[in-house]
Amino acid sequence: MDLQAAKMIGAGLACIALVGAGIGIGNVFAALIGALARNPAAQVTPFAFLGFALAEATGLFGLAIAFLILFVF
Amino acid sequence: MVAKENPLAQFTIDRLIPIHIGGIDASFTNSALLMVIAGVLLTVLMLVATRKAALVPGRWQSVPEMLYEFVAKSLIDDNIGSEGQRYFPFVFTLFMFVLLGNLLGLVPYSFTFTSHIIVTFGMAFVIFVGVTFIGLARHGFHFLTFFVPHGVPKVLLLLLVPIEVLSYFIRPFTLAIRLFANMMAGHTMLVIFASFVAPLGAYYLIPGLLPVMIDVALMFLELLVALLQAYVFAILTCLYLNDAIHLH
Repeated sequence: MDLQAAKMIGAGLACIALVGAGIGIGNVFAALIGALARNPAAQVTPFAFLGFALAEATGLFGLAIAFLILFVF
Repeated sequence: MVAKENPLAQFTIDRLIPIHIGGIDASFTNSALLMVIAGVLLTVLMLVATRKAALVPGRWQSVPEMLYEFVAKSLIDDNIGSEGQRYFPFVFTLFMFVLLGNLLGLVPYSFTFTSHIIVTFGMAFVIFVGVTFIGLARHGFHFLTFFVPHGVPKVLLLLLVPIEVLSYFIRPFTLAIRLFANMMAGHTMLVIFASFVAPLGAYYLIPGLLPVMIDVALMFLELLVALLQAYVFAILTCLYLNDAIHLH
C-alpha cells in the first residue's frame, strides 16, 4: 500500500476516538438534565461543564494523534 | 475543490524580530508577541481597575474583584481549603494567562499561543515539578504513601501501585495535551468550515451561507471552550496541589 494512503487510513481510524467522546458528552448532559429535572435547585451545572470539558478532551487526544500521523510522520 | 490554504497554516510561528544569541534562536515571534500582549493587558486591567479603590466597587473595579473571588473561592477554597490561599498568586496568574491566551486567539488573524504544545507543556511541567516539590517538602518521604491506596488487599497493591505511579507521572502530559488539543482542534475546525464558503458559494448563494452560519455557531462553542479550558487547567492545578498538601 502507498504510504500516503496508509497515513490517511490511519488518521481516519484515529478519529474513531470521537465515538467515545460523543457518548461521554451525551452521558454528562443526560445526567445533568436528569439531575435538574429531579431537583431544580441542585447546584451541579459547574461540575457538568467540568465533565464536558474532560470528556471532550479525550476525543481530541484521538484527533491530535490523527494530526500527528498526517503531518509529523 | 479542496481549499488552497492549509487549515494548519494559522499555527505557523513567524519571527517578527530575529534574535540569534550564540547559535540559539531567541527570536521575538508572533507567539511571544501575543504572550506579551496577554501579560500587559492583564497587568493594565488589574492596575487601572483598582486605581481608585472604593469600598463599594464601581463597574471597572468589580471586574478584578469578581475574578479574585472566583479564583479564591471556587477554585482554591473549594478544592484545597484555606491552606491553599498561599498559592493564590500562582493559580490566579496561571488562570488569567491561559484565559487571555485563549480569548486573544479567537480574534481573527491573531495567534493562539496555547495551541502550541510546547507552551502548554512548559506550563504543565512547571506545575508538575512544583507540586512534587511542595509534596516532598511538606511530607518528606511520607509523600510516597500517596502512591499506596488505603484499604486495599496487599495482593492488589502489586497492581495498583504501578498504576498510581504511572497516573502521577502522566499528569503533565495530559494537562498539556488537553489544552493544546482543544485549542488546536477548535481553530482548525473554524478554518476548515471557512474554507468551504468560497467553493460552495461560487455556484449558489444559499449553500455558501451555510458554512458561515456554522462558523458563527462554532465561534460561540470556541468561546465556551476557551473559558472552560482555562478553568479546567486551573482547577486541575488546584486538585494536584490538594493531592500534594493533603495526600488523598
